[in-house]
Amino acid sequence: MQITVTVNGAEHSADVEPRTLLVDFIRNDLRLTGTHIGCDTTACGVCTVLLDGTPVKSCTVFAVQANGRSITTVEGLKQNGDLHPIQVAFKEEHGLQCGFCTPAMMLVGAKLIEDNPNPTEDEVRWAISGNLCRCTGYVNIVKSIQLAGKMATAGSDS
Amino acid sequence: MTTTTDHHHPITTSEVGGIGHSIKRHEDDRLIQGAGNFVDDIVLPGMLHMTLVRSPWAHATINGIDSSAAEAIDGVVAVVTGELLAEYNLAWMPTLSGDTQAVLATDKVRYQGQEVAGVIATDPYVARDGADAVVVDYDPLPVITNPMQGLESDAPIIRTDLEDKEDNVVYEWEAGDAAATEEAFAKADRVVRVETHYPRSHPAPLETCGIVADVNPGTGETTLYMTSQAPHAHRTIFALVAGLPEQKIRIVSPDLGGGFGNKVPVYPGYVVATAASLVIGKPVKWIETRYENLISTGFARDYYMKGELAVTNEGKILGLKVDMLSDQGAFFADAQPSKLRAGLFEIVTGSYDLQAAHVTTKGVYTNKAPGGVAYRCSFRVTEASYLIERLVQNAAYELEMDPAEFRSMNFIQPDQFPYESATGLVYDSGDYETAMRKAMEMIGYDELRVEQAKAREEGRLVGIGIASFTDIVGAGPSKDYDIIGLKMFDSAELRVHPTGKAILKLGVKTQGQGHETTFAQIVAEELGIPATDIKVVHGDTDNTPYGLGTYGSRSTPVAGAATAIVARNLRDKARDIAAHMLEASADDLEWENGKFSVKGSPDSSVSIQDIAFAAYTNLPEGMEAGLEGVHYYDPPNLTFPFGTYIVAVEIDAGTGQWKVDRMVAVDDCGVRINPMIVEGQIHGGLTEGFAMSNMQSMSFDDDGNCLTAHFDNYMIPTAWETPRFELGETITLSPHHPIGAKGVGESATVGSPAAYVNAIIDALRHMGVTNIDMPVLPDRIWQAIQENAG
Amino acid sequence: MLAVITRARPAMEVRMYPRAFDYLAPETKEEVLDVLAERGDEVKILAGGQSLIPMMKLRLASPGTLVDINRVPDLDSISIGNGHLTVQALVRHNDIVNSELVTTENAAMASAAPWISDPIVRNLGTLAGSVAHHDPEGDWASVMLACGAQVVAESRDGGERVIPITEFLTDMFTTSLQPTEMITEVRVPRYTSRTTHEHAPPRGGGNYQKLERKVGDYATVGVATHLELGDDGGISKAGIALTSVYSHNLKVTEAEHLLVGSHASDELFAEAAEIAKIACTPASDVRGSAEYKKDMVRVFTERGLAASLALAQR
Repeated sequence: MQITVTVNGAEHSADVEPRTLLVDFIRNDLRLTGTHIGCDTTACGVCTVLLDGTPVKSCTVFAVQANGRSITTVEGLKQNGDLHPIQVAFKEEHGLQCGFCTPAMMLVGAKLIEDNPNPTEDEVRWAISGNLCRCTGYVNIVKSIQLAGKMATAGSDS
Repeated sequence: MTTTTDHHHPITTSEVGGIGHSIKRHEDDRLIQGAGNFVDDIVLPGMLHMTLVRSPWAHATINGIDSSAAEAIDGVVAVVTGELLAEYNLAWMPTLSGDTQAVLATDKVRYQGQEVAGVIATDPYVARDGADAVVVDYDPLPVITNPMQGLESDAPIIRTDLEDKEDNVVYEWEAGDAAATEEAFAKADRVVRVETHYPRSHPAPLETCGIVADVNPGTGETTLYMTSQAPHAHRTIFALVAGLPEQKIRIVSPDLGGGFGNKVPVYPGYVVATAASLVIGKPVKWIETRYENLISTGFARDYYMKGELAVTNEGKILGLKVDMLSDQGAFFADAQPSKLRAGLFEIVTGSYDLQAAHVTTKGVYTNKAPGGVAYRCSFRVTEASYLIERLVQNAAYELEMDPAEFRSMNFIQPDQFPYESATGLVYDSGDYETAMRKAMEMIGYDELRVEQAKAREEGRLVGIGIASFTDIVGAGPSKDYDIIGLKMFDSAELRVHPTGKAILKLGVKTQGQGHETTFAQIVAEELGIPATDIKVVHGDTDNTPYGLGTYGSRSTPVAGAATAIVARNLRDKARDIAAHMLEASADDLEWENGKFSVKGSPDSSVSIQDIAFAAYTNLPEGMEAGLEGVHYYDPPNLTFPFGTYIVAVEIDAGTGQWKVDRMVAVDDCGVRINPMIVEGQIHGGLTEGFAMSNMQSMSFDDDGNCLTAHFDNYMIPTAWETPRFELGETITLSPHHPIGAKGVGESATVGSPAAYVNAIIDALRHMGVTNIDMPVLPDRIWQAIQENAG
Repeated sequence: MLAVITRARPAMEVRMYPRAFDYLAPETKEEVLDVLAERGDEVKILAGGQSLIPMMKLRLASPGTLVDINRVPDLDSISIGNGHLTVQALVRHNDIVNSELVTTENAAMASAAPWISDPIVRNLGTLAGSVAHHDPEGDWASVMLACGAQVVAESRDGGERVIPITEFLTDMFTTSLQPTEMITEVRVPRYTSRTTHEHAPPRGGGNYQKLERKVGDYATVGVATHLELGDDGGISKAGIALTSVYSHNLKVTEAEHLLVGSHASDELFAEAAEIAKIACTPASDVRGSAEYKKDMVRVFTERGLAASLALAQR
């Protein structure tokens, strides 16, 4: 089936089998490998991308469902050569270790601070509770997202 | 003897970023942009995809395999069976513990999920369709799902492939002194017992295992991109298994999405994919699903432990007896040093000074997956630490003493180091009392006990648990430690380029620990070259010196030492070059802040960058050009990190659910090279300890079916359940390590499970509860309350 | 002693790619109903897909045709009409979490919504899909049973059918929805604690108690409760339904009958909870023993009723 999907602002057309999972379309057809696969059963969330701005687990969406819609992956966070505040904050606060869950965590975090730039620790922990991390104990991921919220607010004020 | 540096870090400026600076990680720039390079990201021209056919049965004879329907599917290129591998002498392979393991089963399957065939296709979806179409005819056999069953007289023999094997015993092992221990127990006023099962766990890194095998049909050169924590050791194993010339094998372990021990063994999938690439002449990719990862790759623990502690009425521990059964699965594939059948379980005497100990254990084959790996611990240390800390708490209760005071009375004292334990280990250093007092102060121990008493009057179940653990890491000295004969040294190669920038090449391999940053900081400390000017290369056997890899918290103790020493060796050469440049005697030079200067005339100096340039442009006569070196470090001893963790919990008496109110962790890992990274390691370890105590375990039914082969039932805590942590530190240097560091990746997993469980028992002990096995699910607490309520 | 082997070949849940299927994405409800009328038996409707796609990936479900209804307009609102809270087929779990209407109009739903799966799954999964899936471990079906919801189904040739939830849920993974029908909306009675606004609904309160090991886990035990108070302060309507402790979501009618017509008290709630405990037949598994689960049904029923009462009396 022929589909056209806007990914990180650019339109991509491809012929895919209906059973192709969105994550496989992103990784294999578009070669955007920052989106990962971790569990196959909608549990770990490392495949999370934004579908029309909303976080979804791309291992549990078919590529054909994204036809005519818009996707943001980790590769789309950087704008005009500048890192997104969430990316800067993850490095600053040591919010990543192996880096495998990081793209998903950053996308969920970016969406959270867009809606709520000043989230409490509980709000962050709740928002990322559909995404697993095995390395960090989440401590510094929470701090990273909170810092990114502050940075984004400061940036938009200036 | 190497010298130990001062521990009042940082000494270097923040521009240099040596030891003690929390510099930001070098590896992050690519990872935050989705530009990491994991095995599944690798695509080679003409690459095929493999899916493995696995056994649904835990134990069954294979009557035949019919792959004709699979081969007929459009896009299926080949079906590989054990029979085909046998033609290449590849149907069986050696394990890291000197046993053999089936690559693809030919005679029978011995655990659910065992590899039976490989289907290679042009597309992963088609490979899956092909695997579904392979028909295997099985005759099921009786199943053994625990070591007690395996030892029964009428138990079926699992390893019928081993000649003359008439039982399911893998090994019997003992440590300590039986007679002395009996004597100590004879003198005891009381004996305290804990019998517990440390459940089977799985490291479950978020990235599963996988390989892209690329055998060049023209040259036979074999490049294996694989999820490997030990690429050099794996290259040697591949050379031995496949009979390939070692110089033609290159293993590249790119970015790894976590490891925790899971990526130490060699798995059948790696071998099958390599064989398929060899036969077909095209690259073959194999990436596990999560189900396959959980059901077939290296598990950890699964220890049935009986511990007895002999104590006096005054509160002195006299002796320790431990008897254990270990569930090894169907092949003995533990990833651990050859001489250690029970890993480093000898550390079971913990932080305590006791006269005698005796430990016995028996390993038993069962119809479960093989591969006892050191899941975020150094070879069975987690089990040992858990047992002694549980025993010590129960002994304190038995004597009606406060568990902290009881520990205090029995700690090995700072002036007793180096301390030879009753099981024969020599602890290098420690100051247990200071760490415990610090943790008690941080959590407000005395006030907590008062609050607990009040809560109990209100009918609330509140508990406080302590673990004052001693870890043992950094394997290890070559006289005692090897893996299938390969001595457990490690290496570092350092080249300083003419412009003063450097490249450091390591035999170890990060899985997220931040080696690209930390190891650059060691060089920065020793040579004064800014850490940001140092590139760290690892994970590629063609481009790094030999090493045994990263597990058992050995990178800093072993490769970190190698790095410090190679840098010091280059500094010695730099001194001679500086003497030539300054026209002074080398003995008249002093080293400070990355410069050699003539004593008494500080203006007369040359920087390490100047010297590096001279090493290629202006050498003293007769000196070999360049500024580079390699060092292989053979550690004189292991290192012994320690700490005290204190946990406060509250239990919902109606449901048995428990919640951590406070968690204080004081760690002593010696010098902290990058404190930010060290704390990150501790956060992760405390979380995995929480997972094991609270929810995470591998379960099987009586037929050997794995009940926890997806993340739906193999529980990994989210940010919501994970406790908040409060960290503290003490610093006691390792006396034999060049920079006084000890390793930290695993201490928190080793130490914390007992702290969580001790807190739960503390909340319930007034009801008569003395033990609950992990994972402490609400059901188990409810059961304990029911049993003790009436 | 080792048992004689009589067991069946175990299931291997190793697969991660679905079997091939036809995919259709109609842009009107009429087109959807046409496809269902023509291909009924082999069709599965794809709404959120958060239960269906995992089953397809494990090849436990392999529909010949997938009809994606996400492009059908006017199917994604929560509204009030005819005394009901109407939840259309494409309303996501997180729409319910964030709905002020739900918060004011149905406390049991508002209480249950944050317990559904995890925050990312809630962005796609739907209430209607969850009810249609009828997994006995699903939370929504219990809430709907306790509240007395109705499912509205439509087919090309049969028109609209309003099905009481008790008749809709027939057995585990089975409903009375016909192959030619699609669910268009679920109607949930308005039960609110607010008595101030115009056309005030009855004074009521509801609650969902769930024991899970972690976020995203299925319920070890789930209990939905609902209470409505009459003018005399006595219980005029009661609902209790259980998750994960029976072959399907279980409405505890006997306990409901006990409550209706009585004045609330701890003793009464304890008695109702005991009835619920006896009514369920959970299995022992990795989440807990059957005895434990039964007792949790008792504990949660008591707690849920107390919480519902507190809301109703507010």
